[in-house]
Formats: sequence, structure tokens, C-alpha cells
Amino acid sequence: MDVILGITTANEVIVITSRAFVRGVSILKADDKDKTRILSPHTMMAFTGESGDTVQFAEFIQANIQLHEMRNAVELSPSAITSFLRNQLATSLRSRKPYNVNVLVAGYDEAKGKPELNWVDYLSAKVSVPYAAHGYAAYYTLSLLDRWHRTDLTLEEGLKVAEMCVAELKKRLPIDFKGVDIKVVDKDGIRTEKVIE
Amino acid sequence: MDSIVNRFTARPEFDEAVLSEEEIRDCMKPQSVPTLSLPPISQPTAFLRAHTDDASNPDARIKIAHGTTTLAFRFQGGIVVAVDSRATAGDWIASQTVKKVIEINPYMLGTMAGGAADCQFWETWLGIQCRLHELREKSRISVAAASKILSNLVYGYKGMGLSMGTMICGYTKSEPAIFYVDSDGTRLKGDLFCVGSGQTFAYGVLDSGYKWDLTVEEALALGKRSILAATHRDAYSGGSINLYHVEEKGWTYHGNHNVGTTFWETKEAEGSFNNVPTEITANV
Repeated sequence: MDVILGITTANEVIVITSRAFVRGVSILKADDKDKTRILSPHTMMAFTGESGDTVQFAEFIQANIQLHEMRNAVELSPSAITSFLRNQLATSLRSRKPYNVNVLVAGYDEAKGKPELNWVDYLSAKVSVPYAAHGYAAYYTLSLLDRWHRTDLTLEEGLKVAEMCVAELKKRLPIDFKGVDIKVVDKDGIRTEKVIE
Repeated sequence: MDSIVNRFTARPEFDEAVLSEEEIRDCMKPQSVPTLSLPPISQPTAFLRAHTDDASNPDARIKIAHGTTTLAFRFQGGIVVAVDSRATAGDWIASQTVKKVIEINPYMLGTMAGGAADCQFWETWLGIQCRLHELREKSRISVAAASKILSNLVYGYKGMGLSMGTMICGYTKSEPAIFYVDSDGTRLKGDLFCVGSGQTFAYGVLDSGYKWDLTVEEALALGKRSILAATHRDAYSGGSINLYHVEEKGWTYHGNHNVGTTFWETKEAEGSFNNVPTEITANV
């Protein structure tokens, strides 16, 4: 029941991930580590899915993007990174042991001067969207986002919508997810904006 | 099948007399880049499903030893590791005297939950990798690196039936560290973990008494008490408690404590376990 949410505003993308790492009946951890990896200075991914697969896949993508950047001295655009990620996931889907991972790729496209959010599921469906969620969180928050999201949101307004979503999840999700990390990607890069305990 | 095996098996075909320096270095490459040796069966997963017990197939003939309580936590004075010693195979208590702490080397401990053979084999293998790292790099391996060698290894075998939940405990420089590693590939750094079928009971006592500033004596007592709580409520945990303390200079063993006697001592001293009567009374 991991919560993975992404919301684009006029100039940035807000990424929300739940803090609890659950294995079986226990929460093993809910502090420093989060369910995201930084892929490039302006692109990050958030992930859920089969334990083990998630981190292995994310770090595999991270390493390859970083290698590409070192070899070519160019930062890839968020959509290029997502295409690469999707291709890897699609190849793995028809292998003996596919990666079972759902992903959001959030980035700021410096060339276009626009924030970008891509939704990719474990079957390698890829969509570019203004807001997205994976898992049960989608059932509660997508309606809220349909209602309150605007393309010209400021960061403050975006964060307000994000907090509405978190409040709703806290109220209705039957399992405690131990709060969320809220990260923001904009022209200056990636930062942790806020932690809601 | 052979083609798959070939693809994953490194085959060092070399004549010792004509090895170049570079080739020798190649042979010495760390084994931590996993080369998979697969069992001689076309579908390891299906084989295990058919021949061993799990939730969907409880009456298979081969019972894998499951059921445990293990814990480890970091505190001001280092790390305390405490475990029970019962091994069960289905409803059968296979042993009451299992060593569930694996002494990887004088500075690092691993705990054992899940398949006994898997944990024992791969954690001793990890010990070998750690020693090789020491010889190659002339410095002791970090707990982070050691645990990642193990987690990458088990991830390579994911879905093939490995079953282990382990905590790798030790010191990196002068920092104590615990990494939780399990057979589905999860690897988490943390201050406090309980693993096994009795984990919930151990968490209950441990969380309520845990603070960073515990003295060594208090910490050892808390670890012991948490396992005792789990052995009391979890049918698959029991036997005796093994206690370890990890410091910068290495780990020290703090004894084997039989649950039977420890229980009555604890009950007497604390006035706890009040659901257990001390004398037999006729209910009139």
C-alpha cells in the first residue's frame, strides 16, 4: 500500500512518496531512506512494486543514465530518460524474470523550459500526464486532482493540493503509511520540500 | 537448459604456465559479481513448489526449517544481537539448540531466519568474500558493502526458492551499523530490526524499552527480554536465547540462556507474565 503521487504545476513537479517500508506484517523502517532515486540533475524517479525488484531496477536505471551522461557530457531530457527506462522495462517484461516495478518519472525539461511527469507501470505502459498516482493511492487522490488541479498552479498552490491529497489518504487508507516525503523538481534541480510525519 | 547454465557460468579455461599478469588479475576479480550456478532442473521454482512446503502446499514431504525470532539494535554502546534457538519443520520441533547467530568474522555477525541451510551457507560464503576483500584492499570491508554483496547474490537467485531474512551487524570505522537483508532482495539500513515469525512479539517489548542511551547491561537485558517475550507467545520460537554484543574491537558472546529457567526467573523478578499461574489451583 505504498503511496506514490506526482503533480505538475506551472514551473515544477511535486513528487510525494510514503515513508513506511513494509515487509509482511511489520513496518521495518520509516526514516531517512525514501522510494525515489535521482537519475540526472533535473530528473528523478519514484517507484513501487515487488520488493527487491524496485531498488535493483531503480539503481540499474540510475547507473546507466549517469554513465550516459559521463560518456557524452549531455544531460538527457526527462522524456528521453523515460523512454530508456520504458524500453528496459519492456525488454525485461518478456524475459524469464521480469522486473515488477511501477514508476513515476518527474523532471524539468530545460530545453522546453517545462516540468514533465511520466507514468510508467510494470507492463511498460508509458503516459505523459499532468498528475499521476500508483496503487491504492490513485483511487483516493485522482478524483481530488481532477477537481483541484490547474495547469497554471503556483508552487504554493500545488503544495496545498498535495497536502489535501495526503490528508485524504491519512483519513481513508486503512493502513498507516507513516507520512510522506514531498520533493520538488524545477529549473534549479531536485530538492526535498517538506516531510509530513 | 545447458545454454542457460553456460551463459551464467564463468568457465576459467587457463593453462597456469601461460597466464599473463592481466589474466591473473582477472582470475582474482571479486566473486561479488555473482555468477549463477543453477540447479540441474529446468524449473527450479516449480520443483521447489512441488517438493517443499509453503502456504499453498503444506503437506509436501520436505519441510524447510522456518520459524524464528531474531533481533538486533544499535545503541550508545554498540549493537546487541539476540536470537532464539528453536528450529521447526512444519509442526515438528527439529532442534532446540540451533546457533542462529552466524559469526561471519571477529567483527561481523549475521542472524539467521528462514531457511537454515540458505542462511548458514550464504553467510559463511559472505565471510569468505569479506576476507578476500580484506586481502585485496588491505582494509576491513564496510557493513554496507558486505550486506550489498549478500543482497546482490540473493537477488540473482530471486524466485528460485531461497528463503532468508538476516541482519548483518558490525562496525564501519567507528560507527555501528545494521543492515536487514532478505531473500526477495530487500536491503535496509536501520537502528532496530526484529525478524522471524516471532518478530511482532519482540518488537512490542523492544520498542517499549528502547532508547539510544541504554547502558550495555540494560541493552543486553532488553534484547534477552524481547526474545523471551517472543518465545513465550510464538510457538515456532523457543529453546534458549543467545546473546551477543558488538563493539568496535569486535563482538563478544554473552551466553546461552535457557528459556525454561529464564522465564521463571524473569516472572519472579518482574512480577510479570501474570497469565501464567505459579501454582496449580483447583477452580471451584
